[in-house]
Amino acid sequence: MLEIITIMAAGIAAGWLLRKRSFKFVGVVLTVLVWALLFFLGIEVGENEKVINSLKDLGLEALLLAVAATAGSIFAAWALWTFIQHKEGGKP
Amino acid sequence: MKGSLVIVGFFVLGIVVGLTHVLPPMSSMGNVSYLTLCALIFIVGFLIGNDAEIFKKFKKLNRLYMLLPLMTIVGTLAGCAITTLLLPHRSLSECLAVGSGMGYYSLSSVLITQYKGPDLGTVALLANIVREVITLLGAPLMVRWFGKLAPISVGGATTMDTTLPILTNACGKDFVIVSIFHGFIVDFSVPFLVTFFCGM
Repeated sequence: MLEIITIMAAGIAAGWLLRKRSFKFVGVVLTVLVWALLFFLGIEVGENEKVINSLKDLGLEALLLAVAATAGSIFAAWALWTFIQHKEGGKP
Repeated sequence: MKGSLVIVGFFVLGIVVGLTHVLPPMSSMGNVSYLTLCALIFIVGFLIGNDAEIFKKFKKLNRLYMLLPLMTIVGTLAGCAITTLLLPHRSLSECLAVGSGMGYYSLSSVLITQYKGPDLGTVALLANIVREVITLLGAPLMVRWFGKLAPISVGGATTMDTTLPILTNACGKDFVIVSIFHGFIVDFSVPFLVTFFCGM
C-alpha cells in the first residue's frame, strides 16, 4: 500500500511540474494499459488451477455471494448518490 | 458500452491464454501485472497533478461523499445476509465473512481458510475475484444506471489500487479522491470484519 501511495505521489508531482504542457496522449496510454491489466488478470485467473478446479463445486455459491454483495452495495451507493444530488439541487 | 466490451474481450482472451498455457506462466514473467498497475497508478497521479483546477474541485466536493465507505459496508453485508436464505448449508456469519472480503480476495481467502477451512476460504477467493471483475467490467454501465458512486462502492477495498484506473475513466477525475478515500477505509475494515464474522 505504501508503494502505491508513493507511486501516486510521484505521478502527481510529475504532472504538476509539467502542468504548462498538454498531454492528450496520456488518456490513450491509460486505456491501453487498462486493457493490458485485464489481459494479465485473465491469464492469472485462467492458469490458477485452484480457481479453475473449484469452479464446478463452489462457483455457483461464490457467484451468488458476489452478485448479492454487488447488488447491496450498488443500492446503498445509489441511495447516497440520489440524496446528495437532491441536496445539491440537481447540479452534477 | 463499447469500452466495456473491449475490456471484457481482453479479460476473456487472457483467461483463454491462461487455460491453454500458450504463454509461459505469469510467475516466470516477473511481476508484469503489478508493474502495469504501478504504471497506471502513476498515470492517474499524473492526470491529477496536471489538472490545475483539480484541487479546487476537491474542495468543492460534498462532505457527504465521505459516508460512502459506510454505505458500502452496510450494503454489502445486507446483500450477503439475504443470500443465507438461498444457501441453507451456510450460516449467516459465514455468508457475512465472505462478503466482508469486499473484493480483497487475497487477504480474505487466507483469513477465512485459517478460521473456517479451505472450503469457505475458496468460496471467499472466488466470490471476491468475481466482485473485482464485476467492477472492472461493469463500471461504465453502473455509472450510467446508478450514478457515479455505484462502481466505487462495488469496488470495495480495491478502489485505491487495482480498480482505481478504471474508476477514474468511468467516473471522471473529480471522483479520484472519493475513490481513494473509500478504498483506504474499506481496505482497513476487511481484516476486522472478516475475523469478527469468523469468530461469531
